[in-house]
Amino acid sequence: MLKIKEYVRAESLKQAYELNQKRGNRIVGGILWMRMSSAQIQTAIDLASLGLDQIEEKEEEFSIGCMVTLRQLELHEELNRLSQGIIRDSVKDIVGVQFRNLATIGGSLFGRFGFSDVLTCFLALDTYVELYQGGIIPLAEFADRERDNDILVRVIVKKTPGRHVYLAHRNTKTDFPVLTAALLLDADGARAVVGARPQKAMCVKIEDMWKEKLENGSCTPEELKKLAETLAAQIPTGSNMRAGAEYRKHLAKVLLRRGLADLQKDGGKQNAD
Amino acid sequence: MQISIQLNGRKITEDVRPDLLLIDWVREHGCYSVKRGCETSNCGLCTVFLDEKPVLSCSVLAARADGHRVDTLEGLQEEASEFGAFIADQGAEQCGFCNPGMIMNAIALFRENVDPTDDEIREYLAGNLCRCSGYEGQLRGIRAFIEYKKKGGAVCRQ
Amino acid sequence: MQTVGQPIRKKDAMALVTGQPVFTEDMAPKDCLIVKVLRSPHANAVVKSIKTDIAKKVPGIEDIYTWEDVPQQRFTMAGQTYPEPSPYDRLILDRHVRYVGDPVAIVAGENELCVDRALKMIKVEYEVLPALLDFRAAKDHELLVHPEDNWRSLCPVGADNTRNLCASDRTQDGDVDVVLADCDVVVEGTYHVQAAQQAMMETFRTVCYIDMYGRLNVMSSTQIVFHVRRILSNALGIPKSKIRAWKPRIGGGFGAKQTVVAEVFPAFVTWKTKKPSKMIFTREESQTASTPRHEMEVTVKVGANRDGRIRAIDVYTLSNTGAYGEHGPTTVGLSGHKSIPLYGSLEAHRFAYDVVYTNVMSAGAYRGYGATQGIFAVESAVNELAQKLGMDPVELRFKNMVREGQTMPAYYGETAASCALDRCMKRAKEMIGWDEKYPCKDMGNGKVRSVGVAMAMQGSGISGVDVGSATIKLNEDGIYTLSIAAADMGTGCDTILAQMEAQCLDCSMEDIIVSGADTDTSPYDSGSYASSTTYVTGRAVERACEKLRERIEKRASELLECDVCELEFDGQTAKNLSNGRTVTLEEIGTASMCGNNVALQVTESHSSPVSPPPFMVGMVEIELDQETGHVEILDYAAVVDCGTVVNPNLARVQVEGGLVQGIGMALYEQIQYNEKGQMLNNSFMQYKVPTRLDMGKLRVEFESSYEPSGPFGAKSIGEIVINTPAPALAHAIANATGIWFKELPITSEKIAMGIEGQCE
Repeated sequence: MLKIKEYVRAESLKQAYELNQKRGNRIVGGILWMRMSSAQIQTAIDLASLGLDQIEEKEEEFSIGCMVTLRQLELHEELNRLSQGIIRDSVKDIVGVQFRNLATIGGSLFGRFGFSDVLTCFLALDTYVELYQGGIIPLAEFADRERDNDILVRVIVKKTPGRHVYLAHRNTKTDFPVLTAALLLDADGARAVVGARPQKAMCVKIEDMWKEKLENGSCTPEELKKLAETLAAQIPTGSNMRAGAEYRKHLAKVLLRRGLADLQKDGGKQNAD
Repeated sequence: MQISIQLNGRKITEDVRPDLLLIDWVREHGCYSVKRGCETSNCGLCTVFLDEKPVLSCSVLAARADGHRVDTLEGLQEEASEFGAFIADQGAEQCGFCNPGMIMNAIALFRENVDPTDDEIREYLAGNLCRCSGYEGQLRGIRAFIEYKKKGGAVCRQ
Repeated sequence: MQTVGQPIRKKDAMALVTGQPVFTEDMAPKDCLIVKVLRSPHANAVVKSIKTDIAKKVPGIEDIYTWEDVPQQRFTMAGQTYPEPSPYDRLILDRHVRYVGDPVAIVAGENELCVDRALKMIKVEYEVLPALLDFRAAKDHELLVHPEDNWRSLCPVGADNTRNLCASDRTQDGDVDVVLADCDVVVEGTYHVQAAQQAMMETFRTVCYIDMYGRLNVMSSTQIVFHVRRILSNALGIPKSKIRAWKPRIGGGFGAKQTVVAEVFPAFVTWKTKKPSKMIFTREESQTASTPRHEMEVTVKVGANRDGRIRAIDVYTLSNTGAYGEHGPTTVGLSGHKSIPLYGSLEAHRFAYDVVYTNVMSAGAYRGYGATQGIFAVESAVNELAQKLGMDPVELRFKNMVREGQTMPAYYGETAASCALDRCMKRAKEMIGWDEKYPCKDMGNGKVRSVGVAMAMQGSGISGVDVGSATIKLNEDGIYTLSIAAADMGTGCDTILAQMEAQCLDCSMEDIIVSGADTDTSPYDSGSYASSTTYVTGRAVERACEKLRERIEKRASELLECDVCELEFDGQTAKNLSNGRTVTLEEIGTASMCGNNVALQVTESHSSPVSPPPFMVGMVEIELDQETGHVEILDYAAVVDCGTVVNPNLARVQVEGGLVQGIGMALYEQIQYNEKGQMLNNSFMQYKVPTRLDMGKLRVEFESSYEPSGPFGAKSIGEIVINTPAPALAHAIANATGIWFKELPITSEKIAMGIEGQCE
């Protein structure tokens, strides 16, 4: 049961940041994860009145406020056009509409949770996070950092053209994923992202020699299989209640191979199950 | 701390504990239709509207709802009986415990999409668990209701 | 018929769909003590000391009770007819705790906050004992779950606490070993079904208060008001005359509420303090400290000749009853007695079982009640037999299924007086397109489509034991009250029984008020379990209507000044045939209130010497992804023989609900313990009941036989509906992969790794 001594609706990010430096204080996002803890929170800091619940389209990028919900992401036309639907694909199976009306992108990314579909997906886009103190850094760098008392203010997705694929395997349709996988192919190259291993998402670079073939759609099924195996071999997997390490390893090969097949067509189609 | 919430059209201002959940707050104010079915935000029984969006009231602080509008089935009785009649005609309201949350979410669906496909209905209601009915009766009732609305069945909206 | 057989709306339908406050928690008094229990973190331990003085000082705490404060006579929490077959092995609080979650102290306080604080402050010192977690090793293990002297077994079920046995028995007909040795083909397999949670949406909860006569009143979400009264009397050591138990609307049961799970704690608190109290189980408690399906390991041998004649079936069941024995001796029986009889012409059969105690959550009653586990095993073995014989599994069943009129030696010697199983099989086959789809079709994209089949049976009430009763009264205004103690837990039995009454008395549904289970005012009913309500209580309703009709005609004859045989009563009006004078039902009702000696109220009790099985066939079509192991259910065809269908809507929804629970049990739901005996699937986050995206399309039809001993020819439907999905899905998966999975749930991981294993 969640225990909170004091609740403050922050009137500025400065105020929120200062409060967040004190031990026992926490920023509250969608409290979906937090409500299950038996933690004693001194002051709960709510960012709900700071206008951070909007998705702003700019010339070169999308600026997504940290309080934007997963449902907003799911329904956003332009973001999904840019990402060929992988943003929608990555969130649409999360519990239910009511849940996604509460879960925030800030909460999902700040937690850097192992099971996070959102983290996997955004690592396959040209994503940056804007930290109040730490400034703007690439999401991949943020994902590697430990949790601290900074505030994740915005998520920035650059309008970098590319092909994107998202796949996940779940034991039941709206459960936590057993494994997530996303792929990106753009002008700079290609990468695979695999998460829920059960550890959090990690990126694996796809060797540049594959870039042209994937762009042309000319990899043979054998080549796709080999490539998927090579990538999967670099991804450590583990066991938890939902699945064993060996199955996850097996799934990594399957999802990556299927993802690569979609990627080399033109991206966007998820074909896990 | 003091909060002010508009509950089913009535403004309520009072002192609450900072960690009071919206589900407990609405039940304290007589909205017994809002049920608790789990502690992990998985079942959907506690669905209410927060500023007209369906949310899980077990996962919202009453303090977060300060200054906002909350609607429960108690404030949607006409829509509930109009739509609910179609569920009743299937016998699909078995124990009834999941019904208020399901009906709230179904009303949200109808407001967003007047002619959903079966897949769209299932996906929208995916977060509403039911253990009694096997879901098919709910789908039949929803389909019949949508057909009725397409043929001009009227409903009073607040 | 005007009401029986009609898809009539449930009487409580509109109250439920508009969210009226009709459930236990909604109706609790505003000011009542909140009751919670402190639970053991150890699977097996003795409480060496327990200090509650600091906790008691928390402001708002009423009191805290430990094992020293409770009565010392053991009782059972199982809702069964007395004398209960389940052992008397419980105390309200026991010094010896036997599973992780076993209560150690009861805390009662003004509000939840102070109770939670106090719970944290109770200091318990445990002597931790080694825990017996492996049910396969439990029988005759040196660790005893119930070593105490005052453990009791009231009935000869083969229980022996010195051997960790909750029950043990063996029955046979013919010499199964000789026949099996003579068979051309024998299939043998051991099938493991994990425990599973009913996971009804409303958790366990009870409200207690003292009434104006100083009696303990218990309002509970329960299926068994009369058993609750007895169990609380046993537990508290107070006379039954001091207890009243009644139920409001219930948010689902499925057997979970056929055991006293929560009641005993607030009952103890209210009896002690004389203050109202309530206890509401969390979902976590309902997952970890409740009364799930018995884990069973069923070993089956089926023998047949090349021509497809199944000649012998041998079943051995090892059942895990957990820390306490509720429903242990009884569920196990169905694993053989309600699976083997599906095959009508056996030369021999044998059924033996052991039910063992272990240090895990105590199992209880869950829809199917043992038949589910047994049918998974037997039907899977028969499907494998079909493969070995090179025969279509549907044809094999047509050759061997029980037929109407046959005697069933494995089913207590009863006769299948009504059986449309053959028509169910024929129709299901048409519906799914069996001939075109069996066994499988490679879709060419890494996916395979396949089909699977299973038959099922159950019972209708417990023969010679279950009692159903009905009290029907004619009031002024021509309105009837129907008083029952069968518990409507959403199933709609209030409505079904009213339909029968309306049919018998030629009145409308609106003219019947149904008043629910209350030990003070309802006529005795065993409760809603064992699929008894339609069949047993329904007959009581029929008989009560007959008698009441006689009384009505008697009073009418007095008003019309004629002989009873000279009048005609059509349900609304009684007419004197000789002079044409009439009197209405309202007038008769009014006349019962003045100068009257004919009570227009009748009570009838009914018990049936037989328990006619409903039958059904389930066929499923799946698409299986050979790489991920994912199973997508494309189509499920279920054809049910429940005798006459009293309400087609409610019957259909029962089937659909049971199918989805069965699908959950077959593919998704897990109850797993770690090495410390902690149950890991302690929430809906970890215990995955099917959502509406996890079940595919369901199609339900009925092929009705006519059961002469049932009301209007009806049998039952409540439990059988969960029995086909597990074996049908296992069969479809075997047809798609060549692998016969014998352990549930069959997860995508097991399938994918199984296929991988085959390729190596």
